[in-house]
Amino acid sequence: MSAIVSVKNLRKAYAGGFEALKSVNLDIEEGEILALLGPNGAGKTTLISTICGITVPTSGKITVGGFDTQTQFRAARDLIGLVPQEINLEPFETVMNSVSFSRGIFGKSRNDAYIEDVLKQLSLHDKKDSKIMTLSGGMKRRVLIAKALSHEPRVLFLDEPTAGVDVELRKDMWEVVARLKASGVTIILTTHYIEEAEAIADRVGVINKGEILLVQDKADLMAQMGQKQLKIELTDAAATIPDALAGYDLARADDGLSLTYSYDTTGERTGITTLLNDLQKAGLQFKDIQTQQSSLEDIFVGLVKEKP
Amino acid sequence: MNLNAVWTIYIFEMRRFFRTITQSLISPVLSTSLYFVVFGAAIGSRIQEVEGVSYGAFIVPGLIMLSVMTQATSNASFGIYFPKFIGTIYELLSAPISFLEVVAGYVGAAATKALFIGVIILITAFFFVDIQIAHPFAMMLFLVLTCVSFALLGFIIGIWADNFEKLQLIPLLVITPLVFLGGSFYSISMLPPVWQTITLFNPVVYLISGFRWSFFGEADVAIGVSLFAIALFTGACLAIIWWIFRTGWRIRQ
Repeated sequence: MSAIVSVKNLRKAYAGGFEALKSVNLDIEEGEILALLGPNGAGKTTLISTICGITVPTSGKITVGGFDTQTQFRAARDLIGLVPQEINLEPFETVMNSVSFSRGIFGKSRNDAYIEDVLKQLSLHDKKDSKIMTLSGGMKRRVLIAKALSHEPRVLFLDEPTAGVDVELRKDMWEVVARLKASGVTIILTTHYIEEAEAIADRVGVINKGEILLVQDKADLMAQMGQKQLKIELTDAAATIPDALAGYDLARADDGLSLTYSYDTTGERTGITTLLNDLQKAGLQFKDIQTQQSSLEDIFVGLVKEKP
Repeated sequence: MNLNAVWTIYIFEMRRFFRTITQSLISPVLSTSLYFVVFGAAIGSRIQEVEGVSYGAFIVPGLIMLSVMTQATSNASFGIYFPKFIGTIYELLSAPISFLEVVAGYVGAAATKALFIGVIILITAFFFVDIQIAHPFAMMLFLVLTCVSFALLGFIIGIWADNFEKLQLIPLLVITPLVFLGGSFYSISMLPPVWQTITLFNPVVYLISGFRWSFFGEADVAIGVSLFAIALFTGACLAIIWWIFRTGWRIRQ
């Protein structure tokens, strides 16, 4: 796979001196779903805005489909669809006219059949002649997606597409994203919801304070950084951890009724078998055991905290 | 050149004009008709001819100019300010279009709307007063140039404004006084000599004078000077827009 979006040494400083992006390097592979995670003010929206041409970079180079976004901006922007974070829509227009407007300003001639098809995919078709101000919040968000798809982009940026959206609609959005990916569209989404990245992304990028902390395959990331925990529930409370078990990374619950063993999934030996043997030898009876894997959220919180 | 985009913006803006037809067309026509009734019929009947033309007819070019200038300015300024205000400007900034194409779409639509209103007012005038147009082609040329140049000015105001008050500031505090004091309702030869000289610093004088010449063949200033003035004004607006385009002032961060 080749990079469809390439960001090199991108820096964005505002007039007041605030550095929103500090030398960002990022390659986005064609056909993938990349989730950009980061707390508020991390630089997610600035990064997307700069790639899309809304914000002018201070220095650095961005190419989309091989075209420089500054010197070949027409060819580069032709490939991009943007769904902004805010619901910015002309309230008095109909859905159909609004979406057709987006297609038109991208230089494409009006194609009602295509637009209607997009609206059907987004379950908006029955609203096509409704004025936008009469739609619900979730519907308006779909209109934004329809507008971004109106000119058949190859790269779609979704800036927090599910912020303030109910669970059902969020799942619908994920399905839409999956269908788009299947049709070959590269998708970059920013999100606060770690579960969203976990559910749909191929790769995860973490950005904080204008720097990309890491970009990695989601599964690799979770395997590499994932700590697993084994929780052992005891039949009788243990007052202390027996000395015989001092060699293990064990934590005792306050009530003494359970022990938690932390281990690394990447290690050759997890030590579970010997631990269970040693527990029995130490005279501890257990009634249940369960394992827990750390979520992307734990990894994310860990990363962002590491670099204060 | 992304002509599809220019056309799309143009049509989108024209649709707004027809959607708000009462506000955009009927109200300027009504207020101009009231001017005709008050100044033309009621007061005008007691005023002698001005430069050999009945007063009712004399004020027609000035009234058309008053409406065209204010309409071109307000339509263009609102046209570009509204997307900034509601946030839909992001689409224009991320689309494969140059700033000049955006200008062409918005200014073209605003100028068309103003032209439309100007022509309707002219037709309305025929119902109230007896007028002839001595130089119809020159009249249309002046009308179109005024529509375009003031729409360019309006576009600049719309980019500059960051609230609704600023949007109204220039039309209310600058354009309306300049048009009223620019000889819409009188010939500048009627003023004392000192004021005649001061008035020559008002750019609107040249536009109204040239436009009036195209109706009656008489003007306060030479027609060549009028044409030069409107060309200068259009050129100045284009230069400012070019500068905005180069710097991204008030548009791109």
